[in-house]
Amino acid sequence: MKTSDVIIVGAGSVGVPTALALAEQGFKTRVIDMHPSPGQGENKHAIGGIRATHSDPAKILTCRRSLEIFATWQDLYGNNIEWLKGGYVFPVYRQKDETMLKKLLPVQKKYGLRIDFVKPADIQQLIPGINPQRLRGGTFSPDDGSISPLLTVNAFYRRAVELGVDFHFKERVRQIQVENDHVSGVETELSEYHAPIVVDTAGPFSPELSRTAGIDLTVVPDSHEGAITEPVRSFFKCMVVDIRPGPGSKNFYFYQNLHGQVIFCITPDPPIVGTAKGETAEFLPQVSARLVHLLPRLKNLRVRRTWRGLYPMTPDGSPLVGWNQQLRGLMHVTGMCGQGLMLGPGAAEVVARLIAAETTADDHIILEAFSPHRSFKGQEALK
Amino acid sequence: MKLKRITKHPVLEIPEYKEVTFTWNDKKLGGYEGEMISSTLFANGVQIFGHHPKDNSPQGLFCANGQCSQCLVIADGQPVKSCMTPLAQGMVVESVEGLPKLPEDDVEPQIQTADVKEVDVLIIGAGPAGLAAAVELGKLGVETLVLDDKDRPGGKLVLQTHKFFGSVEDSHAGTRGFEIANILADDIDKLDSVDIWLNTTAVGVFSDKIVGAVKSVKKKHYRQIKPKKLLVATGAREKMLSFPGNTLPGVYGAGAFQTLVNRDLIKSSEKVLIVGGGNVGLIAGYHAIQAGIEVVALIEALPQVGGYKVHADKLKRLGVPILTGHTVVAATGRDKVEAVTVARLNQDWKVVPDTHKTYAVDTVLIAVGLAEVNEFYLKARQWGMDVFCAGDAQEIAEASAAMFTGKIEGLKIAQSLGLPVGEIPAEWDEKATILKSKPGPARTREQPEREKGVFPIFHCYQEVPCNPCTSVCPVGAIRTERDEITGLPYIIDLDACTGCGSCVAVCPGLSMILVDYRDDPEHPLITLPYEIWRERVEVDQKVPLTDVDGAILGYYPVEKLSTRRKFPGTLLVQVKVDKKVAKAVMGIWVQDQQIEPSLIYEKELPPDDAIVCRCERITAGEIKAAIRRGIRDINQLKAVTRVGMGACGSKTCRPMIWRIFQEEGIDLGTVTDRVDRPLFVEVPIGILAGAHQGGRIENK
Repeated sequence: MKTSDVIIVGAGSVGVPTALALAEQGFKTRVIDMHPSPGQGENKHAIGGIRATHSDPAKILTCRRSLEIFATWQDLYGNNIEWLKGGYVFPVYRQKDETMLKKLLPVQKKYGLRIDFVKPADIQQLIPGINPQRLRGGTFSPDDGSISPLLTVNAFYRRAVELGVDFHFKERVRQIQVENDHVSGVETELSEYHAPIVVDTAGPFSPELSRTAGIDLTVVPDSHEGAITEPVRSFFKCMVVDIRPGPGSKNFYFYQNLHGQVIFCITPDPPIVGTAKGETAEFLPQVSARLVHLLPRLKNLRVRRTWRGLYPMTPDGSPLVGWNQQLRGLMHVTGMCGQGLMLGPGAAEVVARLIAAETTADDHIILEAFSPHRSFKGQEALK
Repeated sequence: MKLKRITKHPVLEIPEYKEVTFTWNDKKLGGYEGEMISSTLFANGVQIFGHHPKDNSPQGLFCANGQCSQCLVIADGQPVKSCMTPLAQGMVVESVEGLPKLPEDDVEPQIQTADVKEVDVLIIGAGPAGLAAAVELGKLGVETLVLDDKDRPGGKLVLQTHKFFGSVEDSHAGTRGFEIANILADDIDKLDSVDIWLNTTAVGVFSDKIVGAVKSVKKKHYRQIKPKKLLVATGAREKMLSFPGNTLPGVYGAGAFQTLVNRDLIKSSEKVLIVGGGNVGLIAGYHAIQAGIEVVALIEALPQVGGYKVHADKLKRLGVPILTGHTVVAATGRDKVEAVTVARLNQDWKVVPDTHKTYAVDTVLIAVGLAEVNEFYLKARQWGMDVFCAGDAQEIAEASAAMFTGKIEGLKIAQSLGLPVGEIPAEWDEKATILKSKPGPARTREQPEREKGVFPIFHCYQEVPCNPCTSVCPVGAIRTERDEITGLPYIIDLDACTGCGSCVAVCPGLSMILVDYRDDPEHPLITLPYEIWRERVEVDQKVPLTDVDGAILGYYPVEKLSTRRKFPGTLLVQVKVDKKVAKAVMGIWVQDQQIEPSLIYEKELPPDDAIVCRCERITAGEIKAAIRRGIRDINQLKAVTRVGMGACGSKTCRPMIWRIFQEEGIDLGTVTDRVDRPLFVEVPIGILAGAHQGGRIENK
């Protein structure tokens, strides 16, 4: 009764789609999460941006599939996940950013992305009111967009439950159990569960989880803060990413969701390493100063709520997806570096095919790039 | 059009205002400079402030306290809470129809950030608790900063026109609430180490132990404050009920009503029905009648009212029916309340069929209890700050208790700062407990048989913490039983009374009279307190006198009218009566006639249509459906329904959500509460960035 084909640890942006993908492949799947309901770890801290606009082919391929899943979800299953195909815009104010972004275009196009470097006037049309001083143009990728992380994880969850996935909430995994150098299941605070495969989708808590089986993971959580405003009439549709640095920060990004609320987030520099999730007094003044400089009319928009979430970071900014080579039966789908929502469904299908031993040529590109045992020498340009 | 303003009031003085003009949806209207836009609109007969983007439902004033965001209007292009935004000459005010449009103002703001302000003690809230604590700290010379979002200190004391209960020595009993606010503010003024920032809204407590606040002095700007000690004295907010029509403009809290009527002198309604027989509801009814507003009925679900008997008796004597064992079934009306239907409840809290009564009213006041405003306290605890809590934010009770807990917490803070304040007296805690105590059962008491001389009669039958009468008697002839503040008062020696009438003038419950047999033993002269329309009582005119419960005893001529210097709001009415009724007299009937309800309730509205989340317009039915699908985490409930996702951050819906879980028979131990996050009040991005915006607000 407590035996399944697969145990997934973590019911968030990655764990829930992974459960769904495995259930669709016919695997008997159990998901265990310490939180009280799906998406209560980092999913709910995500702002909802979904892009295939990356520099790394593996990420492009993975996210293109995620985009396809999100874009067709409502038609296939009926629930609205607030998919908004507004595109991504990287407005450019500096020569070196223009050079860098233009250099990425060939590889992005090669892997099927619709993306171009457009003129300042086009950027001003996409983002009415954007600061025009020294605006050089920017990239626009119209097929990217946004979703509601909360609705999405719940929609995937309901579908997974319909397909027979067994979810356990408020249950913390104490130990990955090992017999004869092979995973045999997990022990939680409440019970023991048996399965020959354990999939780690624990995000920032993956290092802690892996350590119970003596495995060291190169995942280090750091924290980012986000906020959401009151709703106003829609005046732009794209995600705006300003890649310039600011005082104490790298890039920041924002979009207006289907309700009319603007959601934004910033990348602290230096990173704030650790698992603390308390909202800081620093964040709102810092990000607000950058927002009103880039898009001055936002000064009159009121912030409603702010929060802080965790990015499970890897040394090179790409996730860990694949079998652990030290411990048979342990699969990682973690270290998403803050991109779990957009990588999750695409990566989930790769993992399901890997477990079913039905991988494709594209899967091999992805699994090689995201291998937990890679050298971590590169660095993703659009992290 | 005649403005809906209160131009005369038995207790409140009508101040002078500067008149200004403004436009409401392109129509030119008049108002007073500095008064809140919501009150100006009410004065002009406007109660619909916009329509919700989700379902086009009419929106209007709800909390009148800067908390809920229901009263949003567009003022000079910006969406603002009308209850917190003062009117200025020439303002362009518009209703919010659907989603507001962000102004296309593309000028980059000037940024001037201020340093984090460090302070020994920060007090959030300048109400009775916060001010009382600040006085204690100020007396010890502790550097203290008090924040309050309103334009004057006093918190909800400002709304209280009645004389306070409690004890004279500890909590200014016998003095009217708004006067206590002035006394406390004057005390603070004398203390050099205490600073008050009015018009300053605390918006969050952050993990770096910093409190964020928006200060609106001259221009709105953002300040960060890092205190060594934090005292949260943020008071309470009103609870809401779930019934169809519960969000129609015209359904709002009794506290919101008191703000309109007593603070802003707006005649907000013609006819009201009050739901809830606690002190807040009972006092609101009394305030309504003082303001010339008819109270068609007060209903209470329990078999008896929960508030003080003297408050209920006052209402009954004024002719207000109090219907116990009744609930509100629905409020109806096209764009605002036009009628309310109530019905009797059985022992299982179910509506008894065919007991419906429908009243034509324009306002339904909800007074079904208060909830602590404790989000700042809980966050500060979470971040490990040195935080204290006083007043209603600590435990819902009377303002007299709040002043006491404020004093206690003030001294505790001084202690924690290492000041040599000694032990906090143990009897302080006892007194605080007594002041928080619920009223005892109504008792019977024997009145003196004597029919000569002069002496007081106490129509005070219930033990409540109250003793002003004992302190004003010039001959010290009045005491309370057991010499305890909750004991019933009595006169120790009937011969000692000089007939001065001070006890009648001070009595907060208006439940004492003086009977004087000296001139004419057959027709004794009685002195009774009166705080309603003065024109109803004139010398030589016959007035209808009632007993304590409102039963009419007869019509008798007024002999004399007088007031005491300390109690100008309490008219002492002297009436010559037959000796057989003399000791029973307690009031003068004023409400012209009782409004008869119709007994028909034609269109039954499903209770599931009631709105639980006002911001996102989520119904009780939607929440029940999610619970029945198995949801036990309120965070997930929020994720899938948007309940609690709105501007107010679940301030109003949270208790209602828990109640639905309970009604669905769910073990509440299995339900996860929502995670609260700052900001607790919305703040423009420009202000957070360090811009100084807006700027028509001046401190009073």
